[in-house]
Amino acid sequence: MIPIVGLVVGIVLGLVFQPAIPLGLQPYVPIAIIAALDAVVGALRALSEERFDDRVFVISFLSNVLIAAFMVYLGDQLGVGAQLSTGVIVVLGIRIFANAAAIRRRYLHA
Amino acid sequence: MPEENSQETPDTTDVEMTKVVITSGEPQGDESDGSPVSAEDPQAGANDVEPSVGAKRPRRELDKRTLSVIAGLLVGVLAFAITVQVSQDDSSQDFDTLRGAELAEMLKSIDASNQRLAEQIEELSATRDELKADTSNTAKAEKAARQRADALAILAGSAGAVGPGVQITITAPAQAITASVLLDAVQEMRDAGAEAIVINGVARVVAHTWFADDDEGVRVAGRILQPPYVIEVIGDPHTLQKAVTFRGGLADRVSARGGTVEVNKRESISITALADELEGQYARPAK
Repeated sequence: MIPIVGLVVGIVLGLVFQPAIPLGLQPYVPIAIIAALDAVVGALRALSEERFDDRVFVISFLSNVLIAAFMVYLGDQLGVGAQLSTGVIVVLGIRIFANAAAIRRRYLHA
Repeated sequence: MPEENSQETPDTTDVEMTKVVITSGEPQGDESDGSPVSAEDPQAGANDVEPSVGAKRPRRELDKRTLSVIAGLLVGVLAFAITVQVSQDDSSQDFDTLRGAELAEMLKSIDASNQRLAEQIEELSATRDELKADTSNTAKAEKAARQRADALAILAGSAGAVGPGVQITITAPAQAITASVLLDAVQEMRDAGAEAIVINGVARVVAHTWFADDDEGVRVAGRILQPPYVIEVIGDPHTLQKAVTFRGGLADRVSARGGTVEVNKRESISITALADELEGQYARPAK
């Protein structure tokens, strides 16, 4: 219940305020979003398998975001920012798809 | 929903649950490559910690509640970030996501096109200046041509004329003034720089005007004129007056024939009579 409330409140706040993302954060936000999405889809899968834990979700969410942001930062420092962020997005995308596939198998048996 | 689940299962069973999950997660791993890792790894980490904290039950209950709140918060933050990012992409241009090399490339191409456009501007403004000069030249030529046309129109008697001049009135008995006297008078005026001449207000004297004696007076370009002859001349009044009154001139000749000549300088003489148009029958412009 609380996550759904959080979801709605977040969307509404984003739509209402429409803040400009600070320049320094701009490269990190898209990657962080993908990483967070990965954590959320993972949590949905855990939920479907009835082994969801808030603590695990919070930690994986935060660590995912931090690691993703750090990798982008590192890539920028090494001069391979574009490639590394592409790599990070590919890996996270694969995980998101895989988790979604697991959920799909459980509920749709397909 | 997740809260209920976690609250329903005591800590001790929680460990068992997760263990079961791990074993059950393995076969799924086969189907979906490394997918379970995302969910399992952190879970496994959590399992490691749980037994040690499991001793203090009330604190964990509290933790669970705050944790679920934090989870909700994080989802909210994610939703917020996505919304902001999406609207950001709508509003701002795509340069934000470009990296240095791409930006440099872009800058280079923009510089190149900038230079190209600057050259184009230069060329076009040169062309424009040329055309402008042409236009002003054309305008000047047109103005000159018009002035010339006006001057010629006055000379040809196809336009009226206004200007300073003299009015010469010749009064004499009938037949005393012949065509040759009038022609001489006109010639004198022309010598004195007359620009437009009209006799009796009706006969405009131009290049092809002819004079002939007639029983009733003098025929000027077909019109019969009778004394007194009033010759209106546009030109320098002083010179014109001298041309009439000099010794042996028009005035003397007319008085020798028993007439009088009166010359009046005028500030402004208006000649409205037009000469008959000459239709060139033989002469054509030479090329």
